[in-house]
Amino acid sequence: MLKKEDKIFKNLYNEFGWEIENSIKRDDWKDTKNIISKGRDWIISEIKLSELRGRGGAGFSTGLKWSFAPKEVGSRPHYLVINADESEPGTCKDRDILRFEPQKLIEGCLIAGFSVNAHVCYIYIRGEYFNEGKRLQVAIDQAYEKGFLGKNACGSGWDFDIHIHYGAGAYICGEETALLESIEGNKGQPRLKPPFPALVGLYGCPTIVNNVETIAVVPTILRRGGKWFASIGKPKNTGTKIFCISGNVNSPCNVEEEMGIPLKELIEKHAGGVIGGWDNLQAVIPGGSSMPLLSKKICDTITMDFDTLIENKSGLGTAGVVVINKDQDIISCMARIARFYKHESCGQCTPCREGAGWMWRILDRVEKRKATFSDIELLSDVTKQIEGHTICAFGEGSAWPVQGLLRHFRKEIESRCREEPLIKKKTNNPYLVDQHLLENKNA
Amino acid sequence: MSLKKVHDEQPKEFKFSSENLKKAEEILKKYPEKNKKSAVMPFLYLAQRQNNNWIPLAAMKYIANFLSMPYISVYEVATFYSMYNLAPVGKHFIQVCTTTPCLIRGADKIVKLCKEKISPKENELSKAGNCSWMEVECLGACVSAPMIQINDDYYEDLDEKSAKDILDSLIKDKPLKPGSYRGRANTSPEKKQTINGENHA
Repeated sequence: MLKKEDKIFKNLYNEFGWEIENSIKRDDWKDTKNIISKGRDWIISEIKLSELRGRGGAGFSTGLKWSFAPKEVGSRPHYLVINADESEPGTCKDRDILRFEPQKLIEGCLIAGFSVNAHVCYIYIRGEYFNEGKRLQVAIDQAYEKGFLGKNACGSGWDFDIHIHYGAGAYICGEETALLESIEGNKGQPRLKPPFPALVGLYGCPTIVNNVETIAVVPTILRRGGKWFASIGKPKNTGTKIFCISGNVNSPCNVEEEMGIPLKELIEKHAGGVIGGWDNLQAVIPGGSSMPLLSKKICDTITMDFDTLIENKSGLGTAGVVVINKDQDIISCMARIARFYKHESCGQCTPCREGAGWMWRILDRVEKRKATFSDIELLSDVTKQIEGHTICAFGEGSAWPVQGLLRHFRKEIESRCREEPLIKKKTNNPYLVDQHLLENKNA
Repeated sequence: MSLKKVHDEQPKEFKFSSENLKKAEEILKKYPEKNKKSAVMPFLYLAQRQNNNWIPLAAMKYIANFLSMPYISVYEVATFYSMYNLAPVGKHFIQVCTTTPCLIRGADKIVKLCKEKISPKENELSKAGNCSWMEVECLGACVSAPMIQINDDYYEDLDEKSAKDILDSLIKDKPLKPGSYRGRANTSPEKKQTINGENHA
């Protein structure tokens, strides 16, 4: 369990005030000038030493990502972009950082901006977080007043500006290249990679895109040393992480814990346990809706870190833990997630645009007990045809939860499928894709 | 992608108010001069706020001229993003999150209440004409589920009774305060444990 003094986000619940004066009391902006004066190479090597992995879902090494930015600024300026488009179902950690620890983020932006040679930073906030964005703007203004931003920011000799850009309700804009398209004033449709944003990003310039939580922990790491951060958690899965525990628990909450904490401990200690007791647990989605669910048997022993979850064919993702107990209909829960992906697909790649709808319609039929046995194979086939055949990771994100359902709850699905294909029954089911065949006598 | 319908009756003209013109100039300063197209999203927000929370086609044409970009590109953006309303919505615009984390805490009951109290169908004005509601995807407040967004504000930790009170207050045009309706501090764990989900909506 994480010691109190090792907590990075001490004001996660706004017990001590979010204003800049209060944040300074919590050691924000302490020694920032000093840290920057140690130079880029020192900062990046210290971040590499801390083994910090991106908190936005993919878990890519942050130090490595920063080192991809060109060392010298050429004819094109560099940009830093912060991804605050938090839309993954089950996740609400960035919202609390924006509301209650904005100075940590702003300070992190300055240090990260300096490390990757960027003078301008855009923070892309999802449009629904209107009040959080307003709060962040006040915090940015306070930082400007103190001289922490702007020309010669914080006395470091580095000019740095932060701008907020609001999204407008598109989940896909959380994908980094879609986010860049959105800032450029286009539809949020992802770009092909390579080239990676580190070389060709915003306005065609080198751009580093990082999650809010990743950037917000950077100042503390540099103040206390990469070794301190690496000493928390497990090897290769170091540091602290904000877990969002939602769903059927007695006391849903956000909590900062060390990486690699056992899932059971996380739920029982912080979230008041599963409603109806641990034995009433049906499944857990460990990392936001894109990650395959885990059955109770796995939940009994699993620890929450990137590598262990990957071994169990899931992933830590954004650490949005959704607990589903036995009072819920697991099929309807997953059908709702499939509907989410159907709604949010940007429509660029055919497998995802069409496949997401197929998955939803099939799961909807299963939920209503109107599916046939062959539908199970069809469903599995559709997920395989989406996965790996799209420009961005949305395809995997939509297919994996359904694959997880098939892996762990196949019996449940089978028990709801009827043997006879629906087409022979001549029932009127508006969700049946080949409904038109019913009207055709030769079908 | 969201299903969107452009409103039948469109105003002929649209112009930013002088106050919004000033804001527009401020927004343009954020982006490099040759990339002023970036301002299209903030401009659409400005237009939406100026025009009772929906964007007429005339506003899109106006913004296209303003930023010297093709009208179709503005139209593309306005139809792609779900937060741009292309038809009138109520003065109190209620968005009910129904994605899985809210669903398993009882969001369907709030949807039912909206159907009873506001209008049987989504995106339809209520009888008094001051409210409308729609189902939306995850609003990013999952540990405070179930929750709804009314205009800019989040109403969290709801149950059937509190949701009913909130909807009633909107119909009477005296909206209740946003925030948690179980009286907890933000997203902290609650000390009082709920037993067998009694506090559910």
